[in-house]
Amino acid sequence: MLDDKDRIFRNLYGQGDWGLKGAQARGAWDGTKGFVEKGRDWLINEVKESGQRGRGGAGFATGLKWSFMPKQVGERPHYLVVNADESEPGTCKDREIMRHDPHLLVEGCLYAGAAMAANTGYIYIRGEFVRERERLQAAIDQAYEARLIGKSNVHGWDFDLYLHHGAGAYICGEETALLESLEGKKGQPRLKPPFPANMGLYGCPTTVNNVETIAQVPDILRRGAAWFAGIGRANNTGTKLYCISGHVERPCNVEETMGIPLRELIERHAGGVRGGWDNLLAVIPGGSSMPLVPAGPDQCDSLLMDFDGCREKKSALGTAAVIVMDKTADIIKAMARISYFYKHESCGQCTPCREGMGWMWRVLTRMAEGKAQKREIDALMQVTQQIEGHTICAFGDGAAWPVQGLLRHFRPEIERRIDEYTRHASVETGKHQTVPA
Amino acid sequence: MTKLIVDGREIDVPPEYTLLQACEAAGAEIPRFCFHERLSIAGNCRMCLIEVVGGPPKPQASCAMAVRDLMPNKDGSPKVLLTKSPMVKKAREGVMEFLLINHPLDCPICDQGGECDLQDQAMAYGVDSSRYQENKRAVEDKHIGALVKTIMTRCIHCTRCVRFMTEVAGVPELGAIGRGEDMEITTYLEQAMTSELQGNVVDLCPVGALTSKPYVFSARPWELTKTESIDVMDALGSAIRIDTRGREVMRILPRVNDDVNEEWISDKSRHVVDGLRIQRLDRPYVRDDGRLRPASWPAAFAAVASKLKTARKERIGAIVGDLAAVEEIFALKDLMTRFGVANLDCRQDGAAVDPAWGRGSYLFNATIAGIESSDALLLVGVNPRREAAVLNARIRKRWRSGNYPIGVIGERADLTYQYEYIGQGPETLADVAAGQHAFANVLKGAQRPLVILGAGALARPDGAAIASLAALAAQSLGAVKDGWNGFSVLHSAASRVGALDLGFVPGSGGIGATQMTAAGALDVVFSLGADEVEIAPGAFVVYIGTHGDSGANRADVILPGAAYPEKSATYVNTEGRVQMAARASFPPGEAREDWAILRALSELLGHKLPYDSLTQLRAALFKAHPHMQRIGQIAPAAAADIARLAQLGGTPGKAPFVSPIDDYYMTNPIARASAVMAECSVIAEGSAAQTAAE
Repeated sequence: MLDDKDRIFRNLYGQGDWGLKGAQARGAWDGTKGFVEKGRDWLINEVKESGQRGRGGAGFATGLKWSFMPKQVGERPHYLVVNADESEPGTCKDREIMRHDPHLLVEGCLYAGAAMAANTGYIYIRGEFVRERERLQAAIDQAYEARLIGKSNVHGWDFDLYLHHGAGAYICGEETALLESLEGKKGQPRLKPPFPANMGLYGCPTTVNNVETIAQVPDILRRGAAWFAGIGRANNTGTKLYCISGHVERPCNVEETMGIPLRELIERHAGGVRGGWDNLLAVIPGGSSMPLVPAGPDQCDSLLMDFDGCREKKSALGTAAVIVMDKTADIIKAMARISYFYKHESCGQCTPCREGMGWMWRVLTRMAEGKAQKREIDALMQVTQQIEGHTICAFGDGAAWPVQGLLRHFRPEIERRIDEYTRHASVETGKHQTVPA
Repeated sequence: MTKLIVDGREIDVPPEYTLLQACEAAGAEIPRFCFHERLSIAGNCRMCLIEVVGGPPKPQASCAMAVRDLMPNKDGSPKVLLTKSPMVKKAREGVMEFLLINHPLDCPICDQGGECDLQDQAMAYGVDSSRYQENKRAVEDKHIGALVKTIMTRCIHCTRCVRFMTEVAGVPELGAIGRGEDMEITTYLEQAMTSELQGNVVDLCPVGALTSKPYVFSARPWELTKTESIDVMDALGSAIRIDTRGREVMRILPRVNDDVNEEWISDKSRHVVDGLRIQRLDRPYVRDDGRLRPASWPAAFAAVASKLKTARKERIGAIVGDLAAVEEIFALKDLMTRFGVANLDCRQDGAAVDPAWGRGSYLFNATIAGIESSDALLLVGVNPRREAAVLNARIRKRWRSGNYPIGVIGERADLTYQYEYIGQGPETLADVAAGQHAFANVLKGAQRPLVILGAGALARPDGAAIASLAALAAQSLGAVKDGWNGFSVLHSAASRVGALDLGFVPGSGGIGATQMTAAGALDVVFSLGADEVEIAPGAFVVYIGTHGDSGANRADVILPGAAYPEKSATYVNTEGRVQMAARASFPPGEAREDWAILRALSELLGHKLPYDSLTQLRAALFKAHPHMQRIGQIAPAAAADIARLAQLGGTPGKAPFVSPIDDYYMTNPIARASAVMAECSVIAEGSAAQTAAE
């Protein structure tokens, strides 16, 4: 369990002052000038040493990502873009940061900007986050006011920070679609290569980071890379905000160490699974686009909540949005609903995703009723595999995985329901009754 | 160069090649829908997936990845690409299945049937049965104009049409609305598209979502005879393919000619087809008591002969129209010369172009492909969008690649690219020539500045002085130098350069078209399809042409000729490129090929032309004008011609330059006969009025 002293987001629940004064009282904006003055290489190295991996879902090493930016600023300016388009179902961690601790984000942006030689940063915030936008904008304004950021600020690194309000499309959380949207175009992912570090926003070198990733940076610098690296397991270091929702006694957001066992996480912070641990059916450990992990000794019981731990269970940590389902949940219906979400949010640019999402959703909807053939289970698996890895962006993968998880672990349930439907249908409609002689 | 191994074959390709190009260079076939050589890369159909050995464990879109983006192998060995591996096969079958689940099974009633990419590739890369049991998607059809019919349920969202309209046509009126499977291609408000190149989206559409509206349900590709021909709707000489069924022209499609039209043609070139059937002159007519009455060929010839016998040669003249081919111009000139007639002209519009000033004075010297290597442009009295829509697309292509300042003297029009408007008439041109205008410095600073001179500047009484001034400007701005001749005249008549090459202009003592058409100037006028001039009452007009247009209306004798698909003919385009068209169909009724009419007439007139066949005529033509036999080539003109033209001098007037074409769709008799062109014209007028109202 995470010690209180090791918490980064000390105002996660909004009990303190979100503003500049409160943030400074919690340590924000302390020693900033010194860190900025140590230069790009030191900043990147410090983050590399900390072992921090991106908190947005893919878990790419942050320091390494920053180091991909060109060493020298050429004709094209560098940009930092912060992905605050938090739309993954089940995920609500960035929202809390922006509501209650926005200065950590603003300060982190300055470090990230200095580390990648960017004088301009954009925060792309989700369309539905209206109050969060107001709060974050207020924090940015405070920082400008106090000359913490902006041109010729007290820290010696010119840095302008703009907040852009999205229109609420899930796909705009994909980094290149986000850049397109930021440029004023339709939010559709770009082809890679070229990668954003080379050709990003307005064709200039750009790095896109998640809110939580950036907001952790100030504390990594202040407390040292070794402190961060000392929390959690090797390759899965630091703390993480977990969003626990679903069939638990007290759904909550909580900052915990990486690699905390799932059971401990749920029981300590969320009051346990509704009806007890034995009532657990399955967990989606990382937001709706990750495969579920069913209950069981080799599955949920031994699931460690970090990148590698989830991977061992053929799932992924994603955004660490733990969606808990107890035995009352209709798992097929739940997955059909998730499929509907992906069908609705697919941008429609590339074929497998555009056509495959609707197909998966329709089949799953029938399966939830049992109105399907058993051979369709295999066909559906093939459809998910035809989507996975064949699309422009990772959206296709993220939509295929939950369905794959369902088919992998709950095939008997699907078959049972098909049988039940068939039996039921024959009695009610009388189609199979023999005609009297 | 980078070494690659594609399906076991080692090849060397430049690093900027895409993987798709590299695979094709190695002889592998890569299916694709969204990829098109002349459009930006979208990478959205996912059909061109291939396997990169040692790369990411998923297939790569070969159209979107460059050879230089491949991660090199650790041991330095060449990268291995597989286009037939199980992974690739599975990926293609998967994508094909996705494309087909929502594609209607209406191939039997689809106009694209037989030339459908989806059909072909489904045969090659698809599986034979469907396992999709849900309802197929249905999409409402959109109205996007008179030329493109939409059946949007068939759309596979490759966005080729969107990219074409945005990038090539420069009129971004098509787009995709909606998301996911609800994405639809539309003009959003169901407005008609306003581009003169919109017909090309039909060719680009890999399925039957966008089909040709005028051609709808009229033929199947396999029952058509395809003939290679040359377009005459403007002076570009775009390469076209004429598809005929029996003797009827069913449709016209572009051919690839990178030097001229790449693979686009304008809507007028494509959709003038119905004009070839309507209002045709299919038998000779003779005017009798003020009324044109059908006559036999001998009677018509006799009427001409009797008139000519009494006419003095000074009172005879001949005017060549805009659509005439080199062969009949040659025959007409030959015939007139035999009569000693000096009153010849091919410049119906009175444009100041003259072979006496040298060939360089009237050619598009920079060549059309040369536009792409130019680095600054001055448009003088020309609206390329209306006068040569395909050439305008070439200018836009150059402009899109950046660093291309464009200045316009003349009308302020929407040319689909940004330009600096520097003035409206000769005075501005004089300023630029004298280096007094800021834009002159832009041109001077360029390595290969291009000056395009159009009919708006030339076809006016002071045209010669303006031509000379433009030549002076071109010289003083460095547009004419070693290895670059940027002085370029853009004609709008297909016959013009050929006729000028043949010297179809007034001989010594002869008068030009403007005087010939004046009242009392001549007794007999031969009109070879000259429909854009009005010949004053008095003269006896012999009209050789194809359509019952203004020329035929004025005629005293009508000799029905062959339209461009109906004859094997030579045309010289505005660059001076000699091109030959093959015959695709036959003239209707009693109509004959124009040269043959002249040959038959000549015998009756006692000046028999010495050729009995087209071959013999061409032999004589080639002897007199050797450059006419170099088909497809340009005999370059001397740069000294421009210097000579510049010396000509003269005082230009002050009137602003006005493009002679006010209705793009109605520029010649064939187009005026076409109901489709009429509809387009009405739509264009409507949208112009709407824009003005806004």
